[in-house]
Order: sequence, then structure tokens, then C-alpha cells
Amino acid sequence: MSALEKAFTSKPGKAIAAKAGLKEPPRLARGRTWPEGAIVLAEIGESTLARETLALLGRSVESPIVDDGQEPAPGYGSRIGALVVDATGVTTIDQLEQLRAVLRPAVRGLAKSGRIVTLARPAEGDWEQRSVARALDGINRTVAKELRGGATATLVRVTPDTVAGDLVSTLGFVLQGRSAFVDGQAWSVGHTDSPATALDDRPLDGKVVVVTGAARGIGAAIARTLARDGAHIIAVDIPAAGESLAAVANEVGGSALQLDITAADAGRRIAEHAARAGGIYAVVHNAGITRDKMLVNTDAARWASVLDVNLAAQIRINDILLDPATDGGLVDGGRLVGIASTSGLAGNKGQTNYAASKAGVAGLVEAMAPDLAERLITVNAVAPGFIETEMTGRIPFVQREIFRRSNSLSQGGRPVDVAETIGYLLDPASKAVTGQVIRVCGQNLVGA
Amino acid sequence: MTHNAVVLGGNRIPFAKAGGPYAEASNHDLLTAALDGLVARFGLAGERLGEVAGGAVLKHPKDFNLTREVVLSSALSPSTPACDLQQACGTGLETVVYIANKIALGQIDVGIGAGVDSASDAPITVSDGLKRALLKANRARSAGARVKALAGIRPRHLAPQAPGVAEPRTGLSMGEHQALTTARWGIGRAEQDELAAASHHHLAQAWKDGFFDDLVTPYLGVAADAIMRPDTTVEKLGALKPVFGGPEGTMTAGNSTALSDGAATALIVSEEWAAARGLTPLARIVDAEVAAVDHPGGADLLLGPVAATGRMLARRGLTLDDVALVEIHEAFASTVLATLKAWEDAEYCRSVGLDSPIGSLDRSRLNVTGSSLAAGHPFAATGARLVPTLAKLLHERGPGTKGLISMCAAGGQGVVAILEAV
Repeated sequence: MSALEKAFTSKPGKAIAAKAGLKEPPRLARGRTWPEGAIVLAEIGESTLARETLALLGRSVESPIVDDGQEPAPGYGSRIGALVVDATGVTTIDQLEQLRAVLRPAVRGLAKSGRIVTLARPAEGDWEQRSVARALDGINRTVAKELRGGATATLVRVTPDTVAGDLVSTLGFVLQGRSAFVDGQAWSVGHTDSPATALDDRPLDGKVVVVTGAARGIGAAIARTLARDGAHIIAVDIPAAGESLAAVANEVGGSALQLDITAADAGRRIAEHAARAGGIYAVVHNAGITRDKMLVNTDAARWASVLDVNLAAQIRINDILLDPATDGGLVDGGRLVGIASTSGLAGNKGQTNYAASKAGVAGLVEAMAPDLAERLITVNAVAPGFIETEMTGRIPFVQREIFRRSNSLSQGGRPVDVAETIGYLLDPASKAVTGQVIRVCGQNLVGA
Repeated sequence: MTHNAVVLGGNRIPFAKAGGPYAEASNHDLLTAALDGLVARFGLAGERLGEVAGGAVLKHPKDFNLTREVVLSSALSPSTPACDLQQACGTGLETVVYIANKIALGQIDVGIGAGVDSASDAPITVSDGLKRALLKANRARSAGARVKALAGIRPRHLAPQAPGVAEPRTGLSMGEHQALTTARWGIGRAEQDELAAASHHHLAQAWKDGFFDDLVTPYLGVAADAIMRPDTTVEKLGALKPVFGGPEGTMTAGNSTALSDGAATALIVSEEWAAARGLTPLARIVDAEVAAVDHPGGADLLLGPVAATGRMLARRGLTLDDVALVEIHEAFASTVLATLKAWEDAEYCRSVGLDSPIGSLDRSRLNVTGSSLAAGHPFAATGARLVPTLAKLLHERGPGTKGLISMCAAGGQGVVAILEAV
């Protein structure tokens, strides 16, 4: 810790910073915790999807306070934990007023780490309807920026055939503390046969999950979180990281595989290791490197190594593990998760190679998802923003403090926040979620 | 009922020169690291195994029950029993044989053979004079008697005593013994340096090929064997001065093993246990034998394994031609060369009770991934390094491929074993 950082984080330093307008960031509720306070359900139209999904989650709901033009505007007596708006019936600009009328009292009455969740249809129909679908996105992003005390807003797109069982894992994740650092985001849920009937606290019991880059940082957190959810972890990292890799594997009761994922036989060796456990349920392609330089200083070697580790290697490994002839490959109904990055989605100075690889991951999952739908394999990505790790800890203090505060939650995320989002995607109940890229960035100011 | 004991794999930490990166680590630390790496590789965290056998040649009194204490520090279930064994430099192989025998008899179905040594953390003891004075003072009943007892301590009593490296019955160090053998068998300097260079080159190539990716786990930031010199040459080795055998001697620091720190483990299970877990065994432990020679009576101290090798091969109806790969522990380059000569020597073989010479070995089958000269030799660890290494090499060559391990040890002893790929 530098002298400047020590001074800043000391008691007097904090007092001065607060006077200068740098407030202590809110404490985010994490884990499998529900919002503290009532869950309010607002239904605009005939749909009962949200109501049925909340029933599957075992949550009782209360009716909304509606701002009907009286002054002063009506409010909630005590703080509410969440507002869920079923806006799947919203197709006209006029109907947006109904949304405003339930949002206004709720935003004011929301508890710390509260949630605003909006269900909406994908853009379809006539011109106005498609315009309104996009308007909901603008509302969600703005509400997320206005919320305080660690509260977040999320927009979930559901198709007309989506049923409560398709949505149960998504709504459970968004409402719980697991989604603490996911803010202002929108993603889609479809429909599959035999949807889930409840939220499971150990959804990965007995399932084999491969995590690459598992020796430290976000990878180690992924291994720990998925093991907590019941998974048997095959922890993969380069041989040189073997000591911490072994410690992680032993801690989570999994096994360690020392392997350079760029090796030509990497996929085969992962399959061989997994064959003893009866095949792989999920692969989390977390391993990644940075070789940052401004483009004018980026040579072919820096370019190639980042693209090979972060993107090409996982394509080669997927090819082997998706081959039905591979003993120990990915099972039908399995999961693939890639790690994109806000740098990839928004671009970042000095990271052309990294941005290429991470945007490439986003493109990859979008491309693979429809092709693997028949095998009920979902393919998704998470895109972390500023996460507090050993790696980001090496960024100079002032720059780091700016990065970590440049989002709606005014703080860096934790490795566990990325891990929880991956846990949600791996949940067997999330089988109707595929081809999505979910940012875990606290609504970082950069990025789409 | 007997069972096949098979080698599933192993794990060691990189070996390093004494006083190097592991200078502050104890036997306990080194062996725990090696064991935890093995547990991680095979997903054994929290499991109760049949037994862990381990040992060290240089042991502190505090290393009492060393292996059991290591198990308690490891990720294994605390209900895994353990024992300490010691057979000098043969310890690591003897622990594997001990576990394999228990598995063969059906007493256990999974166990670990292991060895560790830290020449950095060698047990330093106090002199007998100081010990007597302290014990006398402790027994004293009055302050006066205590002062009187302590007054008996002389400055010469205060010098710490390093562990003895000499053979107790001859007073000669192992190197001095081997120098006698080197001269007796006419082993030249050049061939010793060639063998040492080959050891480094073979080991370096194996590291480069990723051969050790599933045999070694880094420790304290050391990711590869630290004694290894990939770029050494016969010329460079030829420039070193002799350290044993006088000014005319041929044995140097380059063709003798360095004092080393390290630990190694081997996972030995029954075939049934491996099958139930869906794990692929590398090699079966076919046979093993320990022999000894009368070195106080003048026999070559480190040629103990010759008689054991001959008897074991004969018992199994095998000849050297049936053995695809041979691992001869490189205590000194000249030990390996003298062993090879002894195998060919009808008279020597007869003198140790063998009917015929063992035969001549094609060098391309010897220590193909290097051995102790390049990797280092933490005494008790070496046997547990050799077993998984050879098992993996044999497995790569296909079922039925046989290999031989020959290890010399202090006290004129030798431990040998045959593995066969499954």
C-alpha cells in the first residue's frame, strides 16, 4: 500500500474525502439472501408470469403504491425490498406512464441493496411497439443510475412462450444478493421443455465443472462458489501456478490439472482427466492474460499470445469436448461459459489485443448458442468490469480509486460477484438462458 | 488372496540445492507440500487412505512420527494412518514396496509411499559432554550442586555437531568409499562426465516436453528442478577439480550428487480401487528385493543392488533383454558405471552368489529422463521420485513394457524393483 493510499484509507483521510464529496461506498448484500423488505409486484397488462415465478420462488408479494397525480405523491409506509414490474404487456408509449407511476414511489421507498426488476418482451411488432421495447431499456439504465444504497435495476426480456419455470432461476438470481454487482443490465430468457419447478440451493450437486485459470483471483472464487453450490471442480491452471492451484483444489475437494490451455492436446487432456468422473457438465473458460501496450507499440507476439490464450484456446478445447466421440467430453444439457470484459465491449486504451479477444468471446457465445440448442447446451459469457483482485491491486492507487468508483455502485466488484453470475448460468434451472453476455460491472460508465 | 498393486501416479516438489530456495523449510513442510500436490492431482481431499508410509534420512528428534504429522497437516482425512520407515537412500523405494505389499495382501487398497530430506535443515546436536553436564544439572537437588554440574561445561563442549556422513564401521564418507570402487573398476573421468551431462540434458528435455506437468507441483515459487543445468557440457564438467579420491581422483562436484532438499510421493492402489474410481493405472509393481554387501569386509559399498537385481530377475524368469527401461539411481556417475560393469562381470556376479552375469545394458534404455545427478538427491525422496517417473514412461510405451529400478544405499545396501506397464 502506497503512502498516499494509507493516508486516504486512514480515519482522518476518510473524513476529508467525505467532505470533498467522496462518500464511503454502500455495503452490498451478497449471497443467497433476499431483499430486506416486502417484494412488491406491479402488473401492467394481463400477464401473470411474474406472479407465478415469484410463487415458485416461495416469495409472497404486496400490491404497489401508484402515483396517481395527488400531491404530495403517495409513498410506502416502510422500506420495500424490491419492485418487480411485469411490463410484458407494455406496447405503447401511453402505457409507459403506468410504469412511471409504480416506479416513482418504489424508487423513493427502496431499502438498501433493494431491487427493481422489469420483465419485458423482446423488440417485435409494429414501429411504436419496437420503439417502446427500446424505451424500457433506457428507463432501466437510468433507474439503475438513480438508485442509491447498493440497490440495482435489471431488465429481463422474456418471450411469449416463457413460463415461470424458465424464469425462476433468473428472477431468483436478480432478486438475491448473488447479483450484487450486476446493475443496469438487460438479458433474455427463452423457453425449454420441462422447465424447473423451484430454486435449488445446491443446484450443481455432483456435477463436474472445469474451471480454467483457477489458481487465483476470479478463477479461485469461481471454483469456491461453484463448489459451494455442489459442483466437483476440476481446477486447471498452468504448471507454474501449481502450488496455489493444488491449494484451491484441495480446499474445494476437487482435483487439480496442471495444463497450459494453449497446448495442442489441452482438450484431450481435460477430457482424460474428466473421464474418471464420468464426463463434464460445464466448462468455465476463465483463464486469460493481458499484454497491454498502445497499438503503436503492439508487436505480433503480444497480439498473438493474448488472442491465443483468451480466445483461440477455448475454441480448440470446445471442439474436442463437444465431439460426441470424446470420452469425458461435455454432456448434453451441459454449460459453456466464457469470460468477456467491459474492455472488450467498450474498448480500452492500451488493450487492442485484449479487447479483440474479449469481444471475440462475446461473439463466440452468441454464435455457438443457437447451434448447440438442440443438445440443450447453453453458451453464455460474463463481462466483468473493475473487480478487486491481485491483478487490479497493482494498478497505481489514484487510477485504481477512479476506476473502482466509475460505476453506479461507486466501488469495485469482488471475484465472488463474477462467480455468482456464473453459478446462475450453470444452474440446471437456467437452461432457457443462452447466447447472453451479462456484465458484472456495477453499471460501469464505459461499455455498451 | 493376492491383489495387483499398481502405481497410479505421483507428485513431488522440484528438488533444489541445500541452502537454496527451501533453506527455511523443514522436512515436515517439504513433505506436506508434496503430499498436498498429490491429493490435489487425484482429488483425494478429505479421504481416508489405507496408509501413508514416508521417511527421511536426516531427521530431527522433533520429526518423531514425521509422516503421521504430515498427514495431519495435509488435506487428507485425519483418520489416515501413517508410519515412518528408513532404509537410508533406499527409503523412498522401500516405502512404496511396503505399501505395495500391504495392498497385495489385501490389508489396504490405497496408500502412499513417500520420502523427504532437507540437507538445509540437518539436525545439529549438542556434544556428549554438554549433554551429560545439562542432565546432571537437571538432576541436581541443590542450587550448589546445579552450579557445580554446569561448571563442568568446557568451551569444546559447545560446538554443535553436524550429522555424521561417514559409514560408522569404516569411517569413510560415501564419496571416499565410491572413490575406492571407482578406482577398483577402472572408471575414467570422461565417461563419468559424459553420464552427468547426459543426465542434465535428458532431464531438461523432459521438462521442455512437459513430461513433469503431472508429476511435479511447484513449491515456494520454484517451478522446475533447480539443480538442473540444461546447458552444461562434458567440457564444462571436465574443468572441475576432483573432490574424492585425492589429487588423481576422477570424482567431482559435477559427477557426484549435490546435497539437496526435496520430497516425493507415489500413489499405490489395488487394480480394483483404480477401476472403481475410473482411474487409469500406469504400471504394476511386479517384484522388489533388498540386498546388502559386507563393506566393512572390503566389498564395494554402493554395489549392493547388483545381487538383488540378479536374484530378482532370475526369480521372475526375466533377463535384462526383457526390461525396456532401467533407472539406476545416480548417487555418483561412477556408481552407475560400476554397476553396469558389475552386471557384465561374470566373476563379480558369481562372487555375490549369482549363477551368471546380469548382462550388458544398451545406454539408450538408461535413465531416459535424467536422474539424481541433474535432479538432485534429497536422500529419502529419490525412490519416490523414480517410481512414478518410470511408471509413466512404461505406460507411454504400452502395456507389458517392463522397467527396473536399482538404488544403492548406505550400509552396503541396495533396493531394486520391477514395474510393468498396464
